[in-house]
Amino acid sequence: MTAAASDPAPSGFLARRRLGLRVWWTMLVICLEERLVYRGDFVLGTLMRFLPIVTQVFLWTAVFGATSSGSIAGYSRNDIVAYYLLTMVSRAFSSMPGLASGIARSIRDGSIKKYLVQPVDYVGYLLAARIAHKLVYYAVATLPFAGVFLFCRDYFPPIPDWTTLGAFALSLVLSFLLGFFMEATLGMLGFWFLEVSSIVFAYMLVQYMLSGHMFPLDMLRDIPTGVAGVSVADVVRFLPFEYTAYFPAAVWLGKVQGAQLVRSLLLEAAWVGVMIVACRIAWWRGTRRYSAFGG
Amino acid sequence: MTRYVSILLTFARACLVRDMTFRANFVLECVTSLGWMAMNLAFYLLVFTFTPEIGLGTGWTKEPFFAFVATGLIINSIVQALFMPSAEELTEMVRTGGLDGILVQPLDAQFLLSMHRVDFSAFANGLVGVGLLAWAIPRLPQPPHPVAILLYPLLVVCGVAILYSLVIMLAAATIHLGRNQSLYDFWFYLTNFSRYPAEIYSGPWGGPLRALCTFVIPILLVVNVPARVIAQPLTGQGGMMVAGTVFAAGAALVISRWVFQTALSKYRSASS
Repeated sequence: MTAAASDPAPSGFLARRRLGLRVWWTMLVICLEERLVYRGDFVLGTLMRFLPIVTQVFLWTAVFGATSSGSIAGYSRNDIVAYYLLTMVSRAFSSMPGLASGIARSIRDGSIKKYLVQPVDYVGYLLAARIAHKLVYYAVATLPFAGVFLFCRDYFPPIPDWTTLGAFALSLVLSFLLGFFMEATLGMLGFWFLEVSSIVFAYMLVQYMLSGHMFPLDMLRDIPTGVAGVSVADVVRFLPFEYTAYFPAAVWLGKVQGAQLVRSLLLEAAWVGVMIVACRIAWWRGTRRYSAFGG
Repeated sequence: MTRYVSILLTFARACLVRDMTFRANFVLECVTSLGWMAMNLAFYLLVFTFTPEIGLGTGWTKEPFFAFVATGLIINSIVQALFMPSAEELTEMVRTGGLDGILVQPLDAQFLLSMHRVDFSAFANGLVGVGLLAWAIPRLPQPPHPVAILLYPLLVVCGVAILYSLVIMLAAATIHLGRNQSLYDFWFYLTNFSRYPAEIYSGPWGGPLRALCTFVIPILLVVNVPARVIAQPLTGQGGMMVAGTVFAAGAALVISRWVFQTALSKYRSASS
């Protein structure tokens, strides 16, 4: 029991905010410690994420070697390599491994009920846990990331201007929030379905393809939908997935600029807002129909 | 041996009964698995809208490449169905102490730990692989040699054996790490190297990588050799490749057995 929890409830807005922050900080520290218990597994998992990039670099080098064109969908070979590396950065922010399945599991096995009786906001706790997870991940991954980027520096265009860098950073923060709230909402479907593993898998499938993780979404520009003048890329642009991989990478590479950049950032922020509301509604509706039994 | 086959069939029957108890879930798992595969096929189709072949002069044009993909689907589906579910369970068994119960059984521990679960839904991809192969073979620039058709199943079995050895060695790492949640991820990333023709690994970095993934971790032999035998004309090098793959499969099985047994000898129970 922490001192904060044993103290009498503080009065006043500022005191309550301070207590809220202290609880949140405690949750963050606990989650950080939890993350570091199985260090070997964590380091191994982090380093492995670079492996798929290697095959993609060789695949696209072979593709460019066999085609007479020096550019595919506006990307040179160097652009493609830089794109894949940058999507690694995007995914480092937006991917939420185990979040949805963890929520569904705690609903199924009843462990979620402790959050219903404690003065802790479950979504807030999950957010703190995820930030802790990411902080540890960045601490471990920064060095290999820097090494790989330094090694592959010739593939990258010159470092963009400060405005683009700011937009890139903002797009990454928004992609983290978007990824978190999308997966948390998905996990809360467990209130209705109990087992959501197939839904999560289907989501991952769609997300992997439509986020631009697999290939730059600009490659879909010439794929028709059947509606005159509308390509598959046009449809994908209206979905939230591209903000979790493609968009930050495209910002860095200068593929999205000017008014389009502002519009896209606003759209990304709007998607974050939509998913926060969806997550809160799912939690609110779900806890009202939830029934737990056992000790 | 007969006893082990009989036990394996009993495991398989129990898993099938369980899968059929939750039929909707089984169908959903098949559908999602097929969806993943369809997405990859769509990606390859997209790639072929930009290029006539994967690598200049490699011969991996659309139809041979899809024969390659089909071979990968068949081999991976066998491994995913027969070995991966058990290996994934091992990672939790080590952490929770559940492994103790297995070790006291009057059966070979490696057999029990690597084959007690069968995921029948994973065979769905293999069936599509067979269909894709049947589509690709009549469209190949040169029909496969009769010897190649005879060698193909043997080489598929060799590919499965190499991957099985890899799964076992990764699972053995669990015993040292205490927990290995990344097992499945590592498996996915490592087998990623086998998903494309070996020719793409060329140049100052690709050459050594190709050598590493052929002679040290023979992951490039798994799909490349059977696919090459069926999709491209057999040349003088073909015999060497086939012999090398059979040898690599045998060596991988022996080494993985040793690694697993050594790891088990270091196991300290986590239960009370």
